[in-house]
Amino acid sequence: MYVAVKGGERAIDAAHAWLAEERRGDQAVPELSVPQIREQLKLAVNRVMAEGSLYDPDLAALAIKQARGDLIEAVFLIRAYRTTLPRLGGSVPVDTGAMACIRRISATFKDAPGGQVLGPTFDYTHRLLDFALLAEAAPATPSAPAEGSATAPAVVPHITEFLNRDGLIETQPVSDAPAPDLTRTPMELPASRALRLQALTRGDEGFVLGMAYSTQRGYGRTHAFVGELRIGMVAVELAIPELGFAVEIGEIELSECETVNQFTGSKTEPAQFTRGYGLVFGQSERKAISMSLMDRALRWRELGEDDSGAPAQNEEFVLMHADNIQATGFLEHIKLPHYVDFQSELELVRRLRRAALAGAGGQDHA
Amino acid sequence: MTPAALSGGFSDTSVQAARAFRAALDAMARPGKVVALAGATPPAPLSVAAGVLVLTLVDTTTPLYLAPSHDTKAVRDWITFHTGAPFVEPAAASFALGNWSSLLPLDRFSIGSAEYPDRAATLIVELASLAAPTARISGPGIAVQAGLALPEVAAFAENHALYPLGLDFFFTADDRLAALPRSTRVEAA
Amino acid sequence: MREAAYNFAYLDEETKRMIRRAILKGVAVPGYQVPFASREMPMPYGWGTGGVQVTAACLVPEDCLKVIDQGADDTTNAVSIRKFFQRTAGVEVTERTAEATLIQTRHRIPEAPLSEGQILVYQVPIPEPLRFLEPSETETRKMHALQEYGVMHVKLYEDIARNGEIATSYAYPVKVEGRYVMDPSPIPKFDNPKLHRSSALQLFGAGREQRIYALPPYSAAVSLDFDDFPFAASKAPHDCDLCGAAESYLDEVIIDDAGGRMFVCSDADFCRTRREAGHAGQLAAGEAA
Repeated sequence: MYVAVKGGERAIDAAHAWLAEERRGDQAVPELSVPQIREQLKLAVNRVMAEGSLYDPDLAALAIKQARGDLIEAVFLIRAYRTTLPRLGGSVPVDTGAMACIRRISATFKDAPGGQVLGPTFDYTHRLLDFALLAEAAPATPSAPAEGSATAPAVVPHITEFLNRDGLIETQPVSDAPAPDLTRTPMELPASRALRLQALTRGDEGFVLGMAYSTQRGYGRTHAFVGELRIGMVAVELAIPELGFAVEIGEIELSECETVNQFTGSKTEPAQFTRGYGLVFGQSERKAISMSLMDRALRWRELGEDDSGAPAQNEEFVLMHADNIQATGFLEHIKLPHYVDFQSELELVRRLRRAALAGAGGQDHA
Repeated sequence: MTPAALSGGFSDTSVQAARAFRAALDAMARPGKVVALAGATPPAPLSVAAGVLVLTLVDTTTPLYLAPSHDTKAVRDWITFHTGAPFVEPAAASFALGNWSSLLPLDRFSIGSAEYPDRAATLIVELASLAAPTARISGPGIAVQAGLALPEVAAFAENHALYPLGLDFFFTADDRLAALPRSTRVEAA
Repeated sequence: MREAAYNFAYLDEETKRMIRRAILKGVAVPGYQVPFASREMPMPYGWGTGGVQVTAACLVPEDCLKVIDQGADDTTNAVSIRKFFQRTAGVEVTERTAEATLIQTRHRIPEAPLSEGQILVYQVPIPEPLRFLEPSETETRKMHALQEYGVMHVKLYEDIARNGEIATSYAYPVKVEGRYVMDPSPIPKFDNPKLHRSSALQLFGAGREQRIYALPPYSAAVSLDFDDFPFAASKAPHDCDLCGAAESYLDEVIIDDAGGRMFVCSDADFCRTRREAGHAGQLAAGEAA
């Protein structure tokens, strides 16, 4: 008797065992440690923390190791872990003005108080493979400390505040209302700016980059300048009601980007620059810049601009498709068996073909 | 807060809440069916069933209106300690708790909106008994017809007329629970 | 045995309360999609996270759980989800439809009629029946509020005009209690009549899309159609080659390199139960002879 071959527990167990073996790779090569990943693949760790919405470099490094370097899989591991964590409280908003900057640049001013600080950037490297890194016996430490790395990171004012003094840039209303939390409340549209920013900062870097890029190419153009990009550590403080003041519970590294965008004004509002904002865990400046372009593009309604029909202006489109864990899950689920639905389609197509061929006087050879 | 407020909650929360929810779901899915709840010993005048239901469904994210019949310090303290639910006026309530007369008039509570009919209040109505049906009910969850002990008929018929908007009701007496969603048609027995 | 490192049924109590409240509202407004703050689960979106969250919120230790995918208990994803609840809730599991108190399913409704004591939980990929006619959530929400379902009838009618019949063979929309048009999840339309006035409570969970909805027992769920083109449940015009059943939904299985095929019940338990009762299809009979 024929028995249809289907999957089962043994197949799953065997697949898991094989996966573990593949993850380890050639046993002759030393195993990567989590600290090695944390320290030497830091930008990957940053991305996993940002899109996983959990600031923990050790766990992010562990997730990268477990995921064999598949960063979306690593983000997934972090998200699934994060969702089980209890909520002990909400922090006081971090003060990025008090950031200890390791990098701070402005494209809108040649110089500004505090100066331009390049920091550890790829920007002016020549993208030539460095074969010295290939050598097994690469020097353990750089030959000499980089210039400036010994000096303490600077606390410097936000550059857009200089524009603000002259009323040249819009003032953002300050609110003490608790921020929405899209991990605890179902997405409701239209979304507030705070909710949009939250979706963007944990959105897929590639998606946010592509959408931001589309605005630069004319699909919802917003003429962005990088007013300031800064990267550094900020303190996280938790208000303790019993004490009546906030206590510092740790530090996190953030990338913050403020773009300055042209706005021609209207009959009622004088011409002014407008803002786009990006804030991302870790040194993730491509994401922070992309996010600020997207933030600005999505603000068209509140700024009284026209909807040009560009994808980047379509809040529902952007917010519903930015999450790579949702996207990858749904995309990859088409690997699951669908033979029941396919069978009903098969019968439908056969029936339609029979009807069509009979109508045409032909014969069904199917 | 009195020491009494600290006792009388679930001893094995995840399992007791699961059983209580399953019973409440059964009641809401089969209007007229009377189920038993257990696991909590709330302060009077809160019944065991109402107390268990509150522990099962209410928390810091669900504003609660305590009607005058149940707005006592002991009840407030107990609910605050075990659930952390904020106490609010009827219009802002996700849940309301009290006896029938003190919950009236019903038009103070949210019936949801056309786009979000789920944003309607759930009322927990304490009754003396659920034993003797006073109304005939029919609709989703009911094979043909069922009976239910209701404090009156007109208010529930009016509520059903708002469908798909409207209030949803749990009725509690001692350790017994029954439910009446807005989808149920109500007639005098 | 349940693993002690996890809360009962995996989810934390706050999350379960939130899901439970959504389920109750879903039951109170049959067919209406209740938004809920779906959590990331340890399995991917699109692989049953909605069904898993609904199941986790409903399970009690006394439950007997059955999980099927494509009608079968031994499909890989069904195995994976069943194992998950064995580990995290310690519940008894079964492959027998009649023994189960809670059945989580993907793409099928069991052939055997369900009973009063049972809950059927569906995994739903796209809960919005109007989504492929109107991509915007803001718009479809308005359409449900105003009962603007004309666009759906137009789509079905265009099918008839073009093909002579309605060319929707699965995820065929139903109208619930005369009010909400509902997506029954991608079950073949063969299964649609089983939605209607079922004795069991039917719950639908869409994790990625953050929606829960419900069909209380005995609710009316009527497949959309036209007077001159009434709804017809369809299946392959064969009997099961293993158990001989004439009225069950069949999988078509290619059995040799020449493209030879057999037809077998998609509902594995239904087929086995029939064979145990002595029924035999043409392939099984041939072997016995």
